[in-house]
Amino acid sequence: MGTVTRVDGPLVEVEGLTGAAMFELVALGRHNLPGEIIALRGDHATIQAYEYTGGLAPGDPAGRAGSPLSARLGPHLLGGVFDGLLRPLTGAGMWLDPAAPPPARVGGSYSFRPLVEEGRTAARGTPIGSVGSGSSPPYLVLSPGGVVSRIREPGPCLPGDPVAVVGGAQVTLERRQPVRRPLPYASRCDEPVPLTTGQRVIDLLLPVSKGGTVAVPGGFGTGKTVLLQQIAKWCDADVVVYVGCGERGNEMADVVAELGRLTDPRTGGRLADRTVVIANTSNMPMMAREASVHTGVTVAEHFRDMGYDAVVIADSTSRWAEALRELGSRSGALPAEEGYPADLASALAAFYERAGRVTTLGGATGSVTVIGAVSPPGGDMTEPVTAHTQRFVRSLWTLDRDLAYARHYPAVSWAGSFARDADAMTAAVPGAAQRRGRVSGILAEADRLTALAELLGAATLPAHERVVLLAGRLIREGFLRQSALSPRDCFCRPERTALLADALLAVVDRCQALVEDQVPVAWIEGQDFSPVLRAKEAPEEEITARRDTVLDALGRSR
Amino acid sequence: MTVWAPLEYTDVAELRGPLVMVRGTKGVGWDEYASIELETGQRRHGLVLEVDHDLAVVQVFEGTAGIRAEGTRVTFAGRPMRIPVGPGWLGRVCDGAGRPLDGGPPVTGTADASVNGFPLNPTLREPPSEPVLTGISAIDLLTTLVRGQKIAVFSTGGLPHLALAAQIAAQAGAGGRPFTVVFAAIGLTHPDAAAVRDRLEERSAAGELTLLLNLADDPVIERILTPRLALTIAEHLAFTMGRHVLVVLADMTSYCEALREVSAARGEIPARRAYPGYLYSDLASLYERCGRVRGLPGSVTVLPVLTMPAGDITHPVPDLTGYITEGQILLTGDVSAYPHIDPLSSLSRMMREGAGPGRTRPEHVDLAAQITAALSRARQARELAELVGEGALSAADRRYLALAEAFERRLLAQREDESRSLDETFDRAWNVVSVLPRRELTMLSPEALDAGYREDG
Repeated sequence: MGTVTRVDGPLVEVEGLTGAAMFELVALGRHNLPGEIIALRGDHATIQAYEYTGGLAPGDPAGRAGSPLSARLGPHLLGGVFDGLLRPLTGAGMWLDPAAPPPARVGGSYSFRPLVEEGRTAARGTPIGSVGSGSSPPYLVLSPGGVVSRIREPGPCLPGDPVAVVGGAQVTLERRQPVRRPLPYASRCDEPVPLTTGQRVIDLLLPVSKGGTVAVPGGFGTGKTVLLQQIAKWCDADVVVYVGCGERGNEMADVVAELGRLTDPRTGGRLADRTVVIANTSNMPMMAREASVHTGVTVAEHFRDMGYDAVVIADSTSRWAEALRELGSRSGALPAEEGYPADLASALAAFYERAGRVTTLGGATGSVTVIGAVSPPGGDMTEPVTAHTQRFVRSLWTLDRDLAYARHYPAVSWAGSFARDADAMTAAVPGAAQRRGRVSGILAEADRLTALAELLGAATLPAHERVVLLAGRLIREGFLRQSALSPRDCFCRPERTALLADALLAVVDRCQALVEDQVPVAWIEGQDFSPVLRAKEAPEEEITARRDTVLDALGRSR
Repeated sequence: MTVWAPLEYTDVAELRGPLVMVRGTKGVGWDEYASIELETGQRRHGLVLEVDHDLAVVQVFEGTAGIRAEGTRVTFAGRPMRIPVGPGWLGRVCDGAGRPLDGGPPVTGTADASVNGFPLNPTLREPPSEPVLTGISAIDLLTTLVRGQKIAVFSTGGLPHLALAAQIAAQAGAGGRPFTVVFAAIGLTHPDAAAVRDRLEERSAAGELTLLLNLADDPVIERILTPRLALTIAEHLAFTMGRHVLVVLADMTSYCEALREVSAARGEIPARRAYPGYLYSDLASLYERCGRVRGLPGSVTVLPVLTMPAGDITHPVPDLTGYITEGQILLTGDVSAYPHIDPLSSLSRMMREGAGPGRTRPEHVDLAAQITAALSRARQARELAELVGEGALSAADRRYLALAEAFERRLLAQREDESRSLDETFDRAWNVVSVLPRRELTMLSPEALDAGYREDG
């Protein structure tokens, strides 16, 4: 038992913690506030507290927990809302008072089904039983490795009940795992497999692979949260972990309500049933915010080990970095850039490195994809968090303020973003590489000419350049713009994305051919392109007909 | 239980800026409320910022001027600062620390509450869904306030943001439901404060207002307290008494400067522009106290007003505020008519939830989007016209310029004492869009156009 000697907000110093280890959990004061050891000197420990420390005084007791910060992983996670330490928020009080007693354990009984017989050997990481939980992916209980000497009969089962004895060790539906250490796997898979997000600009131009990493920098008002929520709703992952890290409470309420309302197009169940929400809003304790991204990835790894594709969405990693900075400042660490601690870059790298598509210990294939929002202060893309994050991610979706002001959503800048695995992924699909090349080529050329036209007026450009400007507009309005609110447009299947792109490219081709045939460009610009521009709102079978309507109208002139 | 007289400490080890370091303390906890008695018998108040062994660092709200190391007695309350809450605050005018300025007795409450509040459980938040109508056309039409929302007013020195804040506070309502305004003036000059007080006289007399006035010559550190008092009072009025409460916090830039002053006095490592690294979290702990709670009738809507130093929107105060709030109303000198709202840079993220069928008008969201899109096109046309001359513009572009002019003259421009009904605002809005030919209005449904479009517009 140690004694508190200094309290400065979330930073607490304790004396007399003999034998304590770095990152060990400590219970502080009368209310047993959780904290984590971040520095040790003799028996003198520096601790970051995960709760509001008001009232904590020198002389108060502090006890070692004997284990590092760990999360309780189990079937209760799917469909639940948790705080940064993965304690359930459903059932907690209206005001989150750290001195209040913890809420009664939630989670009723689950229906257990054994997958192995007694007496067999179950290798480490292979499933020995499953838990049905409605339409969400079945929750698998994995073997610690060894001979199955006892296994529970099919039937109802509580989370803490033993379901099997394997290799002499008792197995329950749950396991506790330290959150800062990646869960082990057998090997990494190299060839990239695309994750379908349902957002056209991403799936066509800036794809991300299962197990990939993405950073989404964007100033306020650029639609970052809406884009991430769209991906959380519609991407083709089995499990989505949504970490609201230092963001708005009303937004979290909105996410939870939306997910409960929406149906998963792939399984027919509620989207909420495949989602784990970790809500650490900006007014909740700062240091739990620091922990929340690690708990989020740990949850995703837990489902990856069952052979699922999991996606972690962290909104926003900048708030997490600010928590690191605040603690660094309070503990007197020498600051590096803009007051951030010197280990900011390595902390970011370690976080994104937990993503990956792997062969699990049990031989299945699963993945963790990490999508992290970045909120650059003042929209400054050279600030430390944005600059360092760009070095460690495979894809970057930069949100552009000018696009957002023009109400062009999602405001992903095609010029300022990258996707390093795009070529490898499009190579596998016939025609995909060419389609992507043409669309990005038109956009780049149109951007260059727009800059020129703004100076000189579009009328001064030659006909073949004016038609490129027109092509750029068609692609931007008819393809890249996607409404998050329209029931038909909010999600776009890859086939539909290709169909829409091809329809627009066919129209662009015809316009270019017309200009070459000396048809006046003003006449082409005056045509009604709305059938293809609004094709994204139309049923899929209509898209070709709409393309032909426009092509016919253009063709009549000749 | 015996009530012991609180222990008095007299060993003041150091005085620096707004801070008093007290030595020899025992069992004093972090964030405790402290009371400081000077030799003269004068009492001041403070908060514990740090405890280290037997040393407590106390931030004094009234400042340390006149405090001597000898003869000063400090007592600690053993708990965070609490204030009385309840209907006793309605109709009162107090200073930034809650002491009466209206000649009345000290405010008493039906209960007391910690000024820091607690985070609201996000799973019990009810997503905001009903409007607060302000009677200001540009706001009601384009950036509708929604009950439970936080939305900031960004301004620059010299613009009448205080007049606008006072007008909103005076006119806002929740469709006949019990409505209250808590107005926290932070670091205002005497003439400004007097103007606000006058403007809100009527609301105050009706018992629908609490006015907290921290003036520019009041103690700087008291400013850290003022918004917390306002929000604590508001939370009780909303969630215990079921009222819809609008909290106006003006000017938050003064608040942040007070925070920076304390941080500098403590020798903390500064982040951007020497503001402390925890500025985001600190602002969030204020702004996030808005919202609605599932199953309870009231709501807290927060309207921070701030001046952007040198008009710089990337300055940490507006920047971090913008990251937290659900939208902003930006005032600009480029718009010549009061209320100087820049319609293209202003945005209410919750508008879709609070406006539309059953809440305001069925066509509201589409009409607002149509006007914004048209104004955006008009701005491009104007930029082009400055380069090539208006004569070189196409006929369509000139219609858009006419729309922008009609918007500013017929809809945006409004007197400071003029409250427009929703009907009147929509009447004006339809007049404005009808400047354009009907076929240009692609964002409005044919039914809405049939009902609202004016051929002679």
